[in-house]
Amino acid sequence: MSDAMVAEKPAEKTAKPVTILQALNQALADAMAEDDKIVVLGEDVADPEEGGVTGVTKGLSTRFGETRVRSTPISEQAIIGCAIGASLAGYKPVAEIMLMNFTTVAMDMIVNHAAKLRYMSGGQTNVPIVIRTMTGAGFSTGGQHADFLEAWFAHTAGIKVVIPSNSADAYGLMRSAIDDPDPVLFVENMPNYWTPYPAFDAGHRVPIGKANVVVGGSDITIVSYARMMNECQMALAALGEAGVSAEIIDLRTIAPWDQETVLASVAKTGRLLVVHEAVVPFGVGAEIAAVVQEKLFGKLKAPVARVGAPFNPVPFSKPLETAHVPSAAKIADAAIALVQGNH
Amino acid sequence: MLTNSHTPDAATQVEMFRRMALLKANDERSRKVISTGRLIMPYYSYRGQEVIPAALSVNLTDDDYLVTIYRGIHDMIAKGLPLKQLWAEIAGRIDGTCKGKGGPMHLTYPKKGIMVTTGVVGSSMPIANGLGWASQLSGDGRVAVATFGDGASNIGAFHESLNLASVWKLPVIFLCQNNRWGEHSAYAKTTPVARIADRAAAYGMAGIHVDGNDPIAMYGAAREAVERARAGEGPTLIEAMTFRHYGHVFGDADAYMDKAYKAEWVAKDPYPIFRAQLIADGAATEDQLAGFERDAEAQLDEAVDYALGSAFPGLEQLSSDVYGEAA
Repeated sequence: MSDAMVAEKPAEKTAKPVTILQALNQALADAMAEDDKIVVLGEDVADPEEGGVTGVTKGLSTRFGETRVRSTPISEQAIIGCAIGASLAGYKPVAEIMLMNFTTVAMDMIVNHAAKLRYMSGGQTNVPIVIRTMTGAGFSTGGQHADFLEAWFAHTAGIKVVIPSNSADAYGLMRSAIDDPDPVLFVENMPNYWTPYPAFDAGHRVPIGKANVVVGGSDITIVSYARMMNECQMALAALGEAGVSAEIIDLRTIAPWDQETVLASVAKTGRLLVVHEAVVPFGVGAEIAAVVQEKLFGKLKAPVARVGAPFNPVPFSKPLETAHVPSAAKIADAAIALVQGNH
Repeated sequence: MLTNSHTPDAATQVEMFRRMALLKANDERSRKVISTGRLIMPYYSYRGQEVIPAALSVNLTDDDYLVTIYRGIHDMIAKGLPLKQLWAEIAGRIDGTCKGKGGPMHLTYPKKGIMVTTGVVGSSMPIANGLGWASQLSGDGRVAVATFGDGASNIGAFHESLNLASVWKLPVIFLCQNNRWGEHSAYAKTTPVARIADRAAAYGMAGIHVDGNDPIAMYGAAREAVERARAGEGPTLIEAMTFRHYGHVFGDADAYMDKAYKAEWVAKDPYPIFRAQLIADGAATEDQLAGFERDAEAQLDEAVDYALGSAFPGLEQLSSDVYGEAA
């Protein structure tokens, strides 16, 4: 289906806000209705198993049948292998790995196979699969259910990584991920599945690799993604009080990240703060900082700074879990320090 | 139980031998070319295992899928991988199946259903399931075959894959070529059950233990599994007993292997046995079989010359084929 056809489709705008969970469900349903090669598999994804543990795939098997929307055993290697094989035969599978930590069980299939088959076959084959997975601290789930591991995948040539922060982007990125000819890891942030965000036009696409300048500003660029976008926007009040004008960019795609948009903004502001929920060392912030200092060395007014989780597993105890995750206050403090020269 | 319909006729047996002659000659040529320093590559010889893919492949069509492993060049040639592109690939040349970017462990040729070759033990199986699922979804009747060795039956992917294939009744054949050594470790030291085929029962799946060096028995096992898959009756685990003559990776000294045991198995080389049998049965003449062997050598002369005369990929190939163009 071409983009032109999408553009001709009348917008179905509703005033009522939409949650990210609803947006993802609608994106999958709309894509499946348009293309019968799109199939869904994963643990509990079909309706007899309640349409996914959080309900993202609810209703799909009832509408499209349990051969196209298929609940699997708890077998992550088998799920991703099955998606890869079906994609080699012309299908476009959307595979769910319930939690991002469980992708580790399927790393051989994702890293050695999905990401590399196009290259190793000299372009004879490709693996157009979407791997949906959710994560995020805040539900007292401890050390094996809440990690952000996006940097691992972004470090692998052949796979793309997207992480939406709101409903319109969740829909638009999912449609683009399904359209994409290569494997896309689609990271969903569990704590804001149920947050209402502004509605969007059905059928719209958010291009992979395109960031979004959410708030314009002149003193500092703050680059973030996922639920941390909420914290960044909540930091705006404190920044305003301190007289700091911040430009906030939602990266949306981690790999390939939008260097053009980020570099243009930092060239203007001269300062950069990268914010993510993942631990700081060797994270996405490190890569962005490296590229920005390489391209804009003489134009920076302050060192590039990062705010992220400390270098420890996600803790269980509530005060520790809360302290683990970056907050609006921490983000504001870091940004103000950079602008005031207190770094 | 095998029935008469699972016995290959004389013409099929001769065709199986023709394929075996090509496989054996290709292995011998590979070791020779590496030994003389004309090519540098990791090489996992399949010499001694030729019956298995020959008997399987005559039961498959070009549309059926194959997912094989690093010791799987015999599987692919039997399935129709063209020798010139094979040799250009293992020589790292632009005219190889994969533009020289895959090499001997990642040969791919979808035109003949050769979809993936993996260098990771056990990883053929999860992907074959997906190809089988695609057949099931489209109803096109294609069968997917995953080949692997005895060592792979001890990795988690084996369990996950057989379980899923059975519960979904996928048209998949799990073909274990049990050559009795996983890398340098003997079967009994790593595997507590007498037969890998017995593991099929744990997944509610048909399991066949067969002498993979016996062309007639191997044909019957493959036929039974292919018919089950095409009939929509689900997967089969075949354990084909065989022996690898040249160790794990070419150049290893076999110090881990008892010399008398090895000699006993090399003496049971199925190639000369089948060759003599065909002539004794009157299924073929000496001249006919020698003709296959001469033809294999001629094809290899041509393939090696083609490969060594082909250009290396240009450096523009280094970072192409990482991602495709978005539609």
